[in-house]
Amino acid sequence: MTESSLLPLGALVSSLAAGVVIFFLGEASVRLRTALNLAGAFVKLGIVGRMLWGVFHGATYELRLPLLPDNDLLLRADTLAMLFVSLSAGLWLLTTIYAIAYLEGAPHRSRFFGFFSLCVTATVGIALAGNLLSFFVFYELLTLSTYPLVVHRGTPKALAAGGRYLAYTFSGGAALLAGIVWLQSLVGPVEFTHGGVASIVPAAKRWLLVPIFALLVAGLGVKAALVPLHGWLPQAMVAPAPVSALLHAVAVVKAGAFGIVRIVYDVYGIEFAQDLALLAPLAVAASLTIVYGSLRALAQDDLKRRLAYSTVSQVSYIVLGVALFGPVGSIGGLVHLVHQGIMKITLFFCAGNYAETLGMHRVSAMNGVGRRMPWTTAAFTIGVLGMIGIPPVAGFVSKWYLGLGALAAGMPWVLAVLLISSLLNAAYFLPILRTAWFDPPPSHWPEEHLASRGVWETHPWLLIPTLAAGASALVFGLAAGIGLSPLEWARLIVAREYLR
Amino acid sequence: MTLWLATGCVLVAAGLVALLLHPSLMRKLLGFNVMGGGVFLVLLAVAPRAAGGSADPVAQALLLTGIVIAVAATALGLLLARRYRAATGRSELPDDEAAGTDD
Amino acid sequence: MTELLPLAVLLPLGLGVTAFVVPERGARALAAPGWLAVTALVAALAQRAPWPQRYALGQWPAPLGIALHADALAVALLVLACAVYAAVLAFATAYFARGARDAALFWPLAWLLWAALNAAVLSADFFNLYVALELLTFAAVGLAALSGRPAALAAALRYLLAALVGSNVFLLAVALAYGATGVLALEALAIRLQDAPYAALAIALAVAALALKTALVPLHFWLPPAHGGASTPVSALLSALVIKASFVIVLRLWLLAAPRLDLAALGQALAVLGAAAIVWGSVQALLQRKLKMLVAYSTVAQIGYLFVPFAWLAPGHPAAALALEASVLQLLAHGVAKAAMFLAAGTLVLAAGRDDLGALRGAAARAPMAIFAFGLAGASLIGVPPTAGFAAKWQLLQAAATSGQWAWVAVLLAGGLLAAGYVFRVLKLAFLPAAEATAVPPVTSTLSLVALLLALVATAGGLFTVPLLDALRIGTLAWRGP
Repeated sequence: MTESSLLPLGALVSSLAAGVVIFFLGEASVRLRTALNLAGAFVKLGIVGRMLWGVFHGATYELRLPLLPDNDLLLRADTLAMLFVSLSAGLWLLTTIYAIAYLEGAPHRSRFFGFFSLCVTATVGIALAGNLLSFFVFYELLTLSTYPLVVHRGTPKALAAGGRYLAYTFSGGAALLAGIVWLQSLVGPVEFTHGGVASIVPAAKRWLLVPIFALLVAGLGVKAALVPLHGWLPQAMVAPAPVSALLHAVAVVKAGAFGIVRIVYDVYGIEFAQDLALLAPLAVAASLTIVYGSLRALAQDDLKRRLAYSTVSQVSYIVLGVALFGPVGSIGGLVHLVHQGIMKITLFFCAGNYAETLGMHRVSAMNGVGRRMPWTTAAFTIGVLGMIGIPPVAGFVSKWYLGLGALAAGMPWVLAVLLISSLLNAAYFLPILRTAWFDPPPSHWPEEHLASRGVWETHPWLLIPTLAAGASALVFGLAAGIGLSPLEWARLIVAREYLR
Repeated sequence: MTLWLATGCVLVAAGLVALLLHPSLMRKLLGFNVMGGGVFLVLLAVAPRAAGGSADPVAQALLLTGIVIAVAATALGLLLARRYRAATGRSELPDDEAAGTDD
Repeated sequence: MTELLPLAVLLPLGLGVTAFVVPERGARALAAPGWLAVTALVAALAQRAPWPQRYALGQWPAPLGIALHADALAVALLVLACAVYAAVLAFATAYFARGARDAALFWPLAWLLWAALNAAVLSADFFNLYVALELLTFAAVGLAALSGRPAALAAALRYLLAALVGSNVFLLAVALAYGATGVLALEALAIRLQDAPYAALAIALAVAALALKTALVPLHFWLPPAHGGASTPVSALLSALVIKASFVIVLRLWLLAAPRLDLAALGQALAVLGAAAIVWGSVQALLQRKLKMLVAYSTVAQIGYLFVPFAWLAPGHPAAALALEASVLQLLAHGVAKAAMFLAAGTLVLAAGRDDLGALRGAAARAPMAIFAFGLAGASLIGVPPTAGFAAKWQLLQAAATSGQWAWVAVLLAGGLLAAGYVFRVLKLAFLPAAEATAVPPVTSTLSLVALLLALVATAGGLFTVPLLDALRIGTLAWRGP
């Protein structure tokens, strides 16, 4: 085992080992559990950073283990993988810190953090998967490890949400498996390669690739919350805030979108997909989701549900970017993978702060909260501006590239979609900002759990990750063209993908 | 030979029908034995004849083993039936198949 | 050292007799050393290359003498038995109260069952198969009736009667085969099958009888009460091993007969019944209100996966090798996973005091290891990667895809979804808060641990598929002759 194969393994094992040990800890071992959680997160971040540096300089990291006859378990750190895995590792650290504070004193913490770690392990596996089978393995493991997190609270609502989640995701998994089996019956075991492998199918059988694509996208679309497969997502908001943050910024939804990116780039190949006329329907599906999600968000009064529908809408930007034939659109979609993650996690952290500190769940009750919790609301403001696409927050950068990409791909109607979406985002987010900052606060908050202590308006470990995420969203927008920013990395991916 | 074969088939059919249709456990076990007897007859009927016209030794060995097994099976069945009757007072199996005992 | 072959039967037999004679404490102490001895024997057998190994009892050659025959299929089941028995014996040591009457009868019957299992898979003689199947039936029925409760007795009686029908039909098949070909040794029999007058009838009868013994839908009626109503270690043995033995015999007969007779229609029929079993068993499992009955109906469903490959098991069929691998993998995967599931279910029932599903509320907090074991075993049954169950499902899907038969793909995927339905029905209840506080008996943690370890074997088993298939040398089961 050389260093190049140990690093991907280490990225997985760091959270897996932490998770397994945490399962056996008693509820009372708070310090040990916290130490393990943080140690795992930092180790993973270190390993991912090392791999990021290496891949930037052209190194390859690969781990191959025999799994099934003719089908290996393959972990490979290419540029696209590094995009997703860096996001996952960074946001896991933030969410771990947040979750430790959020769940202080809550029951079943060992079980929670155990499955939390398994969830991240599965996400890293999805990111690093080098072939369809490995992707599928970790995709299903993600389903299994997130279920206990959704039903954590044990209330009937949580269990109903969990049941719905499973129904959707297992069905999606079955569709994905059907697509994989069908595709592999035509082309043999599929490894992700630049330019895709689907083009080796003889011309007479090429028409089969269309229903296969539909199956694969449908299977992945369940997790990516493509309308009409998104039904599980709003219900899953019943989970604790760290879970919603992780599910919507990092793990589940991104995994689905990431899968679609892989399918288009590394299984079918972008040019081949264009030849088969698969990209336009994909763009239409993404656009419908973008608009529908935003429309539903308008009608929600529960803050987390509004954010959930916003996620439904925003994640489809990634799919849209992928469906826009041309480097510029692709850059937009890929960079939005990171930007949306950062911005959405900021928003969810804020929602969690409001709920945990003041017992506030409803948008209609948010008047004057900016006075009581200014820092949180500042971060919330940054997130909202990014969602709408206002510079200099990161969201603007992604929308800019998407818009340019739409023009370059000859689909000007997409511009209309982007504009409508931004207007809708403004419509359901700006009023919140107005009430939060400018309306007088109520005489007393619904349930004030944590009083302000000096400069800390809430528990410090709840506030710091929120601010860190908000600041990152701002920095990634301001410094978009510098160094190893997400935009630069997205440019690197496209350069290596399109111009070989 | 054909007589044996025919008789054997009839016994097999009769035994099977009795085993399936009669509710009483005793009758079921008797049906099993009748069916077994029919199978033995079929075996004797189809077994190749040894030189000199005498019965095939292998078939005889099989048959004896079969009889022993049938005896053992019947004994086990009767024992269980007796226990069952002692426990419930019934000599027929209930129609409801759900078992579901506690452990 | 082919002389080891008969020891595989005689050693457990001797252990069983010993366990019957000594008092219960002695029998209990015998469990671990006995298991070690038998496993060492199986390991020694598995090392010998090349397969198949043959041994003629008393040095009398076939066709007159009784031959034992160890090939890839036999070794697979021998190894499975060792793994399952390890868990079941450990579980039983903690489960049965010391000196209980149940325990005193369990130990000898368990060893006798193992002897019968080994005899059934090692026999290369048609009549010997019949005898071995009978021994298996007697031991299994005895175990099923162990607890002495009326429901268990009724279930055991039903089991016995069904098995006896099967035995007689099987004996009829043996008689016809002997009459048609004049030999009983399986390989010699196979060579002569082609010209035999009623060979197809004999094979069909034998397969039908074995299908009854393996509880293939619609002949499955005896299984749920027997497996669901028995004591937990017994349920594990019955579901994991006993039905596999009769299945191995079907497979063996098929591999010998298929090159010479046209069994395509029979194969399709078996596969269709398998598909029906998958659907029917899963739906029934979803409707059960008692945990062990749910697991028993799950067995009915999983047996269907064993029979679906018969759609492609014909010589010269492009998917034949895949189908064979799929059968063997499913055999092993289900054996381990179902045993783990029964052990976990039994632990949960013990902790809750009743078998009702409602009693499982709050089990995630009360008995987390047992629930986790149940979940892992369930993952293998659903076919979630990287479990052993997924490896089997994958090979089946490949076989179906290679043959272009997409209806089977749909059935297999639907089966997975239905299994997810009944597994998560249980897990969901576990996450609910408990209805009332119940104290967990201290012995349960040992029981949960055993179940968990076995479940982990099922879960991680998929990672070892390639070395396992290589070690078993499934390829040596290839068709011989035209």
